[in-house]
Amino acid sequence: MSSRRDFIKGFFASGTALAAGVASEPACARETKKLAPGAMGLLYDATLCVGCKACVSACKQANDNPPEFSTVDQLWDTPLDTSGHTFNLIKMYRNGTMEVKDQELDGYAFMKTSCMHCGDPSCVSACPVSAMAKDPVTGVVGYDPEKCIGCRYCVAACPFGIPKYQYDSPTGKIGKCELCRHRYKDGRYSACAEVCPTGATLFGKTSELLIEARRRLALKPGQRTKFPRGKLGGPDQSYEAPASKYLQHVYGEKEYGGTQVLKLSAVNFQKVGMPDLPENAAAALSETIQHTLYGNLIMPFAVLGVMAFAAKRNVKDDDAQGEKHED
Amino acid sequence: MRKARNTRIEIMTNPSQASVASHAPAPLGGSLITPTTLICGVLIAIMLAVLAVRFFLGLGAVTNLNDGYPWGIWVVVDVIIGSAFACGGFSVAMLVYIFNRGEYHPLVRPALLASLFGYTLAGAGVIFDLGRWWNFWHIFSPSYWNPNSVMFEVAVCISLYIIVMWIEFSPAFLEQFGKYEVKKKLNKMLYIFVALGTVLPMMHQSSLGTLLVVMGVQINPLWATPLEPLLYLLTAITMGYAVVLFESCVASTGYRRKLETRLLTPMAKVMLGFLVAYLLVRIGDLVVRGALPHAFQASLEALMFWIETACFAAPLLLIGSEANRRNPARLFLAGMLLMLGGALLRLNGFLIGYETGDGFHYFPALPELLVTVGMFSVEVLGYIIITRRFPVLPREATTH
Repeated sequence: MSSRRDFIKGFFASGTALAAGVASEPACARETKKLAPGAMGLLYDATLCVGCKACVSACKQANDNPPEFSTVDQLWDTPLDTSGHTFNLIKMYRNGTMEVKDQELDGYAFMKTSCMHCGDPSCVSACPVSAMAKDPVTGVVGYDPEKCIGCRYCVAACPFGIPKYQYDSPTGKIGKCELCRHRYKDGRYSACAEVCPTGATLFGKTSELLIEARRRLALKPGQRTKFPRGKLGGPDQSYEAPASKYLQHVYGEKEYGGTQVLKLSAVNFQKVGMPDLPENAAAALSETIQHTLYGNLIMPFAVLGVMAFAAKRNVKDDDAQGEKHED
Repeated sequence: MRKARNTRIEIMTNPSQASVASHAPAPLGGSLITPTTLICGVLIAIMLAVLAVRFFLGLGAVTNLNDGYPWGIWVVVDVIIGSAFACGGFSVAMLVYIFNRGEYHPLVRPALLASLFGYTLAGAGVIFDLGRWWNFWHIFSPSYWNPNSVMFEVAVCISLYIIVMWIEFSPAFLEQFGKYEVKKKLNKMLYIFVALGTVLPMMHQSSLGTLLVVMGVQINPLWATPLEPLLYLLTAITMGYAVVLFESCVASTGYRRKLETRLLTPMAKVMLGFLVAYLLVRIGDLVVRGALPHAFQASLEALMFWIETACFAAPLLLIGSEANRRNPARLFLAGMLLMLGGALLRLNGFLIGYETGDGFHYFPALPELLVTVGMFSVEVLGYIIITRRFPVLPREATTH
């Protein structure tokens, strides 16, 4: 019977340690990360977007991406979704007769699809070899193909479906928007914002973009106001236009603790393809579990110690048993 | 020490030790060219052909992977489910060496062998799937490490465990090649590897479940819980015993040996203990999180949830009583169901219950399936070759 008692003892020793570590409020719980003060991003205002796709074309050029075809004649770049070769896309919402822009019923609307540059990105947390990393100053989520092993955990992790792998190549990379970080040194900024004719995509510091977004939401529908274009705080390229009937929601202000790209829309965000996300980032929970179990390798070494102690004793017992009997 | 004892047995001539010797592992012998091994060979050749295309033309050429489903069966079946199937060695070694149940000793080597193959192939399978496989060594180079990444933990742990298992199993090779001196030295340190061989799988088998956590809202609530690591660990252990039941039955039929019921019957009871613990945690978690209503929707996810749950629950009825646990057919069936249940828990979490939105679909392509089949064939072929040529299975009075 002693072996049974050992069994039960051992089961509780190892099993409850793990259960307690995971289930109870852990000491090293990690909060969702906040945006860096210098975080750069975009403000996309769907009500200003005319669907010209100049941003899609500019993005292709700025990132040296090949065209992707979805039509038989293969004359124009016509991707249906972002991919390893398409980092930015304008998608269209259509309903019924599609008569009125920015209307949910019998209307249509546009939505930009590109990296949100999360304050607490799942892809960065997921990457085993630090190939996805957040710039400490600008907060831009960048990708380094020289580090990447191609496990595609970032692809699976992202709730926006942004990092994507190039399946068509034996040496495929992950492709995603990096906010044109390679153009900053020439005094340029995100190509999509640079070329946007209506200011629907606006580049700037996220904290300032958020103030601009809130300003727009406070306007009465139809009220005339100035809309900046290009880069917020850059040369004045603004124009006057009436404000739309916005939903009172800055998408990206709270989602996953905040993203550096913010969005305004008149049509329900889920209907235009933006997921309904909680305020706590999944990365925070994942890393809390990871560090509760493996922080400083304390738990693994403690369990290893118990196991080694038991194994040493029992391997000896085993040895002695061999002399007598084996039942 | 188990290996020390075996050494002694081989050099002992005292007839009073005969009963001990009869259980010592011994090579089965026999021909390596049989219909089974030939079929395995053909399937492996097909797999190699598919892999050649994959490495020259890219993953898209042979798989149905897409932007919505970056992971297919090479990850979910070959690695995540495959490594759980390979937990027999871990589960039995834990029983024998940690919980001091020496009577299960004859099960250790065959279980460890199957685990060794399962894990080594899971490790190889990862390379086939990695989009930038030539950078794989970054996992072992500290300048690249991201300790926040669950994948990092899994990758390092599995790699270490594969090495540890080869060391744990090496006495079988050392015996066959007559390297008794080396074996003696190894025996003195073996307990460290035995301990590592329980801690490492506990770590990465639980982390395989934690992999789902960062995917957040993309995972159906039926499979999205912070208790993921505990669920995956408990099922990995349960599946480990289930695989031993399954393999013992297959090996006894295939090799026409007597089934070790006297060991399998009590081991099945241990397995049921872990199973009950799992079911309590699983159902408790669903209730506390309020996720249970998702199981009553008219959806594929709900259907798969019930199939998975049925696979876990049925063994309680099948082998719940001591008398039923003596029935080899019931043991075999219960083992199969638990393997299937554990496999479904993983398949459902990573593929069926994974939703990235806007109409992405995934079903494995034929070449993709052929690689998984080929990997399985390597396992079967390897098991046959090693059990016939190396001392793994307990010696039987009737065979040699």
